[in-house]
Amino acid sequence: MTIVHALEGRYLRVAVKGDLDLKTAIPLREALDKLTDRYRDRHLLLDLTEVGFVDSSGLGVILGRHRRLMAQGRTISLSGVRPSVKAVLELAGIDSIINITHIAEGSETRRNRPQTKTST
Amino acid sequence: MNRVQLRFLSQADNVGLARLMAAGLAGQGNFTLPDIEEIKVAVSEAVSNAIIHGYDNRPDGWVEVVMELDAQGLTVVVEDWGVGIEDVAQAREPAFSDDPERLGLGFVFMESFMHGLEVASTFGKGTRVRMRRLITEISHDAQ
Repeated sequence: MTIVHALEGRYLRVAVKGDLDLKTAIPLREALDKLTDRYRDRHLLLDLTEVGFVDSSGLGVILGRHRRLMAQGRTISLSGVRPSVKAVLELAGIDSIINITHIAEGSETRRNRPQTKTST
Repeated sequence: MNRVQLRFLSQADNVGLARLMAAGLAGQGNFTLPDIEEIKVAVSEAVSNAIIHGYDNRPDGWVEVVMELDAQGLTVVVEDWGVGIEDVAQAREPAFSDDPERLGLGFVFMESFMHGLEVASTFGKGTRVRMRRLITEISHDAQ
């Protein structure tokens, strides 16, 4: 798992790469707490674009950060959520607690196709 | 029919190993990619439970995963020889966790993502989780 952070306006964006499971839960929790403690005036935006797998150990970290930040009057949002991760978030009911921006269904397939149009 | 067996120490690194094996074997059957993703979550939860609860995060216990693929589906058995579960019915309830950083949803995920879950545990001796995912008609059509 690797973590890259950047400041964007009122947000601390943290991009995570790797699986969020029992192995990565504690390092992720410690890294996020350290960053959110350093930037106390920012909300947390967790970018999961490069996260292909999340189980309940990973969800525990996300929900734990939500509780911690909420107690400080701050929020956590998730972006780049893949369909497979979305299914797990929905089953746990996290999508009703935390603001989530999904990646559209099938976008992973489209991304790998050759580009035929360059203008958008 | 195909059958694989994996035995490993109760270390967090091995959760991903068990998931990879499950994905590889399920990939030999007529499962869709979303099916395989859900099987991976269920296997991850069962193995994580064995490490966290069965062995109380001790890194030197054995966990065994046996998977069997047949024409109708995939059967996964995850076994540990750890502390066991005193009250299986209570452990299967949502949010049964004394750690605020854990959701207590492991069994809920296994039940939701698989078509059948059996938990056999002897307190002080260990736990055996057996779950089965069926290949559905939709999966067949996708092939």
